[in-house]
Amino acid sequence: MSSAPHFGADGTTPAARGQTTYVDAIREGIREEMLRDGSVFLIGEDIGVYGGAFKVTDGLIAEFGEDRVIDTPIAETAIVGAAVGAAMMGMRPVAEMQFIDFISCAFDMITNFAAKSRYRTGVGVPLVIRGPSGGGVHGGPFHSQNPEAYFAHTPGLKIVQPATAYDAKGLIKAAIRDDDPVLFFEHKFLYRRIKEELPTEDYVVPIGKAIVRRPGRDLTIVTYGAMVWTALEAAKTLEAEGIDAEVVDLRTLFPMDEETILESVARTNKAILLHEATRTGGIGAEIAAVLSERCFEYLDGPLMRVTAPDTPVPYSPPLEEAFLPNAEKLCRAARALAAY
Amino acid sequence: MSDLTRDQKLELYRYMRLNRVVEERLVNLYRQGKVVGGLYRSLGQEATSVGTAYALAKGDIVGPLIRNLGVVLVMGYSPRDVMTQYMARATSPSGGKDCNLHFGRPERGVISPISMLGALIPVMAGIALAGRMQKKDLVAMTWIGDGGTSTGAFHEGLNFAAVQKLPLVVVAENNGWAYSTPFRKQTAAKSLVAKAEAYGIAGDQVDGNDVFAVYDAARRAVDRARSGGGPTLLESLTYRMKGHAEHDAQAYVPKEDLEEWRRRDPLERCLRALIASSAATADELAAIDRAVSDEVDREVEAAEQSPLPSPEDALKNVYASGIPEGEPAAVRRDA
Repeated sequence: MSSAPHFGADGTTPAARGQTTYVDAIREGIREEMLRDGSVFLIGEDIGVYGGAFKVTDGLIAEFGEDRVIDTPIAETAIVGAAVGAAMMGMRPVAEMQFIDFISCAFDMITNFAAKSRYRTGVGVPLVIRGPSGGGVHGGPFHSQNPEAYFAHTPGLKIVQPATAYDAKGLIKAAIRDDDPVLFFEHKFLYRRIKEELPTEDYVVPIGKAIVRRPGRDLTIVTYGAMVWTALEAAKTLEAEGIDAEVVDLRTLFPMDEETILESVARTNKAILLHEATRTGGIGAEIAAVLSERCFEYLDGPLMRVTAPDTPVPYSPPLEEAFLPNAEKLCRAARALAAY
Repeated sequence: MSDLTRDQKLELYRYMRLNRVVEERLVNLYRQGKVVGGLYRSLGQEATSVGTAYALAKGDIVGPLIRNLGVVLVMGYSPRDVMTQYMARATSPSGGKDCNLHFGRPERGVISPISMLGALIPVMAGIALAGRMQKKDLVAMTWIGDGGTSTGAFHEGLNFAAVQKLPLVVVAENNGWAYSTPFRKQTAAKSLVAKAEAYGIAGDQVDGNDVFAVYDAARRAVDRARSGGGPTLLESLTYRMKGHAEHDAQAYVPKEDLEEWRRRDPLERCLRALIASSAATADELAAIDRAVSDEVDREVEAAEQSPLPSPEDALKNVYASGIPEGEPAAVRRDA
């Protein structure tokens, strides 16, 4: 990691020159792809003149014009539907969900039209749907969700969720270049809280590749998105207690990089599956199944999940704090597992 | 019958006859147990499919529904394509991956529907949007039943197309029934075309059983779209003469309505109009009928000889590349 997280320091903005925030990294990635490929265009609500609710697309309408940065009515089915049609024609649309919670309004277009097109008609849909997910900013039940698991259950989609500015840029570029529909889940808590120096040359982060963020011997924490920072914070605390935790950042949730997970857990023999999304049927449950199927004889302890509970995301700060996984909850699980 | 030549009029007749005969043969195959799943007829609605699609030019793109067999025939798919689809064969346009009229490719001018009604409208708006971006002079056309106009996707798609002034023609095929639900339980609006005004787009209503009137109305809508006039909602008044699918005896449909609409059969009307206007003789039309019948017989035979897909194809083409296709997960025992 080339930059430290700024958890707890609300509103921290990067001032250092040469450092790129997570939100700027996404914009740079999109912009570079728009410059490289004339078929890339943006479609969504308030993404043009206003620059997007979180300013992800700020300035792009001035550079590329309203033909390539299309403000739409409040109509997620129309946004994704039109993007699907355009993608079938060889365009490379990037559709924004103003908050990823609203992706539910386009569920049919994503799961039935986009995801199944190649399989049932032979027509690929090179489409990216992106937007801010996650909690920690007191957005309440409809501006805080992590809906990735709904889509991981749908064959035909790819799902990515970057934890760093480097990955945010590299993965959005890879997503735009991908020939299949990619859901790109950004974490709004990270937009302006993390930053790092990025390469000046063109690069992509390949879809389907996890990365070990911190090597360790005693147990593996498998996670993604903003929870990567929570895991790293917990790992520091645990280190002082003599527990050496490895942190695996999935980066792509589907197709999942099973080899990197298996390689890690086969060494540490213990695994915690950490995510901000709710528990039942979550990505953690899928990883537990993979580890049980493929890594059973290496396990020296129960597969443990640290996740949000099975409730909607509550609004009031003490309630949301109780809801969200954090380093303290993770440390408790890690201590129990290490002692097993 | 404005700009149609005699040959074009006969071609319209031929496509309608082809539409009907293909379906009649499909009914035979269905009764023999050779059709996999349901069979959806368009009996009595052939003029709407054929007349609208015939108004398009090369390079235009359609998004038909399952009752628009005539559309895919006009767009150049063969009866064999349709037969192999219904019989789930490997050689069908979808390779056995999807059923009935769920097939198409942009380069063939056809986008495959999904079963969720209304969903094609935003997608076809996207086709029109891409056409504009790519500086192709294309018009997109799609169809929706009276039932489908109740969906959210219908509204979102039409509203978006209207705002963007896209070259999109939406044919609202009002056949009176959505499965067993009558028009009056679908909408409190007096007509489907009334909705056009609310969207700020052109609207038109046509006798959907008069193929020449349908063609003329569709042609006006297509010309409007191509010249930058934006979308049109074209309501075609017709009637569903069979049940929702072959298994449905439609006991809920009043017999007298069926009797009345049988007298307005679009194929018979076309035939009478061609003879009355001296565009063709009864013998010439009978010759067309025979040729269509022979063609379809040959196509049925070829389709029946087509192979079923191989089981291993079930795992193919979910993604362009890069995803393991159903290999069993290896258990790690190596260390």
